Amino acid sequence: MRRRAAPGGRNTAAALVFDKTKTAATDDGRKSVRAGGNDQVSSFRSDVETAIPALRRYARALTRDAETADDLVQDTLVRALRSEHLFHGGEVRSWLYTILTNLNRNRLRSLARRPVMTLIGDDDAPDMSGPEAGSRDIERALASLVEDQRAALLLVVLEGLTYREVAEVQGVPVGTVMSRLARARAQIKAFLDGERPTLRRIK
Amino acid sequence: MTDPDVPVTEDELHAHVDGELPADRRAAVEAWLATHPDDMARVAGWRALADSIRARYGAVASEPIPARLNLRQIERAGRSWRGIAAVAAIVAFAVGGLAGWTARGAIGPMPAATFTADALDAYKVYVVEVRHPVEVPGSEQAHLTQWLSKRVGYQLRIPDLEPVGLKLVGGRLLPGPHGAAAFFMYESKSGERFTLYSTRTNGPDTSWRYNADGAVGALSWADSDVAYVVSGEANRDRLHKVAETVYAQLERPPVR
Repeated sequence: MRRRAAPGGRNTAAALVFDKTKTAATDDGRKSVRAGGNDQVSSFRSDVETAIPALRRYARALTRDAETADDLVQDTLVRALRSEHLFHGGEVRSWLYTILTNLNRNRLRSLARRPVMTLIGDDDAPDMSGPEAGSRDIERALASLVEDQRAALLLVVLEGLTYREVAEVQGVPVGTVMSRLARARAQIKAFLDGERPTLRRIK
Repeated sequence: MTDPDVPVTEDELHAHVDGELPADRRAAVEAWLATHPDDMARVAGWRALADSIRARYGAVASEPIPARLNLRQIERAGRSWRGIAAVAAIVAFAVGGLAGWTARGAIGPMPAATFTADALDAYKVYVVEVRHPVEVPGSEQAHLTQWLSKRVGYQLRIPDLEPVGLKLVGGRLLPGPHGAAAFFMYESKSGERFTLYSTRTNGPDTSWRYNADGAVGALSWADSDVAYVVSGEANRDRLHKVAETVYAQLERPPVR
């Protein structure tokens, strides 16, 4: 029987020494060079600018809607530029992911307050036909995840963030990130297998 | 510690797929996978999932970036609150189809446009706020009225919107186009939120105007140098009903 990290379990997380030389799955927007002194302002701005394509990609996958995604990116950029004075070093890109992730969480909370919610019905069962079937399945599978799990999964597999960076973005211990990832993967597998055991049906 | 006989954990399998595995455990994990086909299949499944997510969304990063995400444009607008208001106002009025816009020339945004856009901005910012939507709660209505009246420079009255199913959440002070603005939030049982925004304006009195900016709608009017904007979701009938209730109470002399 394998050991399994409890949610938020620090033991396992601490036991694992994370390999910092990990090669990222994607590298847009990844600028590790931090300019100092008088270049700081323009460096901040250009770091933000460089991150835009990756932010759009993350937001699109997070919301599965192009309009909503770009709204989120726009809000993120406005907030980032306004709060530049609050940015005390570190990686601009991670900071932007943090803002976007939080804005989306707020957005979902406000949606959840409304009586009308997305209904996940029988017609959402994986569609095994047609050329678009694969990408539609991915969208539905992502939609079946709890928000925090979806964000963790996308930050790792799509944006190439390290576990440690995701922990920072989500404001949780690394062990929690790992358990979110494990649950996300298990849920998606169950969804694609057509079991969908934990789908919430809202009446 | 780097004993290859230490059993492989599920966390390590995930770390392996995500390139997070320490170098000294790689051999052990690979050896484990070679002899555990079920785990090998799971790992392959996770890799395939990552591939399909990247295949589905990876190309988004290469799409041309829409103009509204242009940093220079955002910076220009972000330098002042008014800038954003002006941009938003142009959008709002383009939707509203206001004929007077061009006739007045492009000296600057019309006062009505500015306060409406400010109000819509405020609505969008605070309506999603769950924990701190207001500075002063509705339970302290007397204090709220006194404080905000003092700041905006005229006597405010907080309408009672219970007849249309809305309870006062509270209020806050905001910057307006000409000094301070008062901002009140109302909420229904089902969580639908409406806001009333009021500030001084140097523009002419106007009759009701409806503006929609995406999913958000606003009904605004100006009366004796004071502007009012009622904002909510862009459901015109519902918004009208709420605004009518506000209007009727503001026009009526105070009972007390």
